[in-house]
Amino acid sequence: MTVQLSLQGLNKYYGPVLRGVHAVKDLDMEIRQGDIVALLGSSGCGKTSTLRMVAGFEEVSQGKIILAGREIQALPPVRRNVAMAFEGYSLYPTVTVRENIAFALKAQRESDADVRAKVQDVAEMLEIAGILDRYPSSISGGQQQRASLARALVRKADLYLLDEPMGQLEPQLRTLLRGRIKFYIKERGLTAILVTHDQAEANAMADQIAVMEAGVLQQFASPEQIKTAPANLFTGTFVGEPPMNTFAAKAVTEGDALVLRLEDNVVLRYPATDFAPEVRAAILSRGDVMLGLRPYSVRMSRTGGSPAQVLANQWLGDQTHIAASFAGGTLVLVEHDRADVQVGQSIGIALPADALHIFDPETGRAISHGTEMA
Amino acid sequence: MDTTGPVERVLRGIAISLVILFFMFPIFWILLMSFQTNETILRVPPSMVFEPTLQNYRALITGRLETQTSTLEIRFMSNLYNSFFLSATSVAVGLLLGVPAAYAFARLKFRGSEDIAFTLLSFRFAPPLLVLLPLTIYFQQLGLSNTYGGLIWVYQLIVLPLILWIVRGYFEDIPADVEYAYRIAGHDFWATFWKVSLPLAMPGIAAAGLLAFIFAWNNFIFALVLASADKQPVTVGALAFVTASGIQYGQIAAGIVLSITPTFLLAILAQRYLVEGLSLGAVKG
Ligand SMILES: Nc1ncnc2c1ncn2[C@@H]1O[C@H](COP(=O)(O)OP(=O)(O)OP(=O)(O)O)[C@@H](O)[C@H]1O
Ligand SMILES: [Mg+2]
Repeated sequence: MTVQLSLQGLNKYYGPVLRGVHAVKDLDMEIRQGDIVALLGSSGCGKTSTLRMVAGFEEVSQGKIILAGREIQALPPVRRNVAMAFEGYSLYPTVTVRENIAFALKAQRESDADVRAKVQDVAEMLEIAGILDRYPSSISGGQQQRASLARALVRKADLYLLDEPMGQLEPQLRTLLRGRIKFYIKERGLTAILVTHDQAEANAMADQIAVMEAGVLQQFASPEQIKTAPANLFTGTFVGEPPMNTFAAKAVTEGDALVLRLEDNVVLRYPATDFAPEVRAAILSRGDVMLGLRPYSVRMSRTGGSPAQVLANQWLGDQTHIAASFAGGTLVLVEHDRADVQVGQSIGIALPADALHIFDPETGRAISHGTEMA
Repeated sequence: MDTTGPVERVLRGIAISLVILFFMFPIFWILLMSFQTNETILRVPPSMVFEPTLQNYRALITGRLETQTSTLEIRFMSNLYNSFFLSATSVAVGLLLGVPAAYAFARLKFRGSEDIAFTLLSFRFAPPLLVLLPLTIYFQQLGLSNTYGGLIWVYQLIVLPLILWIVRGYFEDIPADVEYAYRIAGHDFWATFWKVSLPLAMPGIAAAGLLAFIFAWNNFIFALVLASADKQPVTVGALAFVTASGIQYGQIAAGIVLSITPTFLLAILAQRYLVEGLSLGAVKG
């Protein structure tokens, strides 16, 4: 597949270069034609700044943006051929929702009948066909967002930037719309970047997920890879619900076995055959490691395992979340059925080798996932 | 609001009437004076009963002031025209310069922008008399004294800061994303300014323009010092009624009535704009 958008060494400083806020740091990214990329990260990590640089509303402090083979970072927005749906209030207050959506189409000189049909189409998809003739000031925040999204999706562009396009919608409508929007984008073979705080949305819609933190791209991979092989501690703990449990440990050998010593004298012992030799060597050479445990892969065991004490037991209707005090910290684990354990009860925790994610505690970089090298 | 009883409402009505009477009385009295001769005006004790006459207005409009001893030429109508011309042109120039500047101050945060904007505002704080003496000398040397151009230039001291600060607040209230959305849909910077920013800031621009017009119209000191009779506005021209043979109260009153009428009408017509413009723009900015 061809590369549609390529960001090369992209940097953004607000204020003086090297002294102002460094909002985006050395961002490198290649997005394939026809892909939907979700940009995930905590508030203030530089998602909007990145989109705005691509759209041309913020000057690029350093680096290159190449869209559909053209170097665009120095072009004015009008010549970049990019469409954008905005996070906040962005409709022209003086014209109706319909005219708002039709604006770019008219600028592209499409016939009236075409414009009408396309606007109707996208409005029906986004459930705003009923308010097309109202003015922006008389519709709700969520409706304004969808109108802004419709305005972006309805036109032709080389790239679609969607900045939290469904941030103000209720979960039911989001779930419905994300399916429809994905279909709309895929059907037309469009390339899109979607900023979202909703991991379910990212997983459901995106071909690739880019995780950002403090202006730095942490990982850029498929949703599957992000889940099974987080590149570092941040991605591991940021993506996934409930979040990954982390415990500091010391790796040593006892005879043939690899032993992980946690706090409170918790000792995990793995026979030599559990890990490939190079994984074992990497873990041992590091010595002090950070252990990451996904709540879904931790098992409760009645017969043995490491000791833990139940702090809470919540049945959520389709799964149980159990919190337990373990190795000087708190461990959350998920069971698929109701679990008949009481608060205060002692339980055993089974941590099979393939449930372990091991990270370097200093750099945060992943050393191994399960029994495989990272 | 609806919880007030009838007694309270009546009392409130009376109180408001008293306040209005108190503030409007001088204007009302001037209106009465403008229809009287000097003799009836100066009667002791004063009375509201008199035979109305239009002679004051006639004198102003024909430009001939008859006193007991002589007939004087007066330039009231040309003063009125000067007032119009000076105020309107100053506001037009002020808008032409001030609106783009206000946009720049609102949208482009460059180093020192706040300082420059504040310096411009500080022109409003300086007592005009302080500026006038050096200005008179400069104007004489530059050949600007007693020219419309020079006066319009000086009037920018009055209108420009006002326009700049009110309109800037308005531009700041327009969400930047509205402009971005328009630009990304295939329009350049200028088209966006023209088609989106300017129309959305229109109420503020109108309010600022009107207010600036009224301030320019009411200015006295600049024209008094920098212009001679043929370029002077009504505010200064009214001094001509202080003649050798006495003060022509009737004509002064009629002159005042004629000269406040335009701004008064403007203010009433634009009341909504003014209130909205001032509260939305200047307060937030
Ligand atoms: N115009 C600006 N001037 C100065 N700093 C800014 C400006 N815009 C953003 N920043 C800073 O840059 C950083 C990144 O902001 P950005 O808006 O890109 O975050 P974001 O990831 O979109 O956050 P959110 O999820 O809350 O929308 C933040 O620290 C923010 O404070
Ligand atoms: Mg944002």
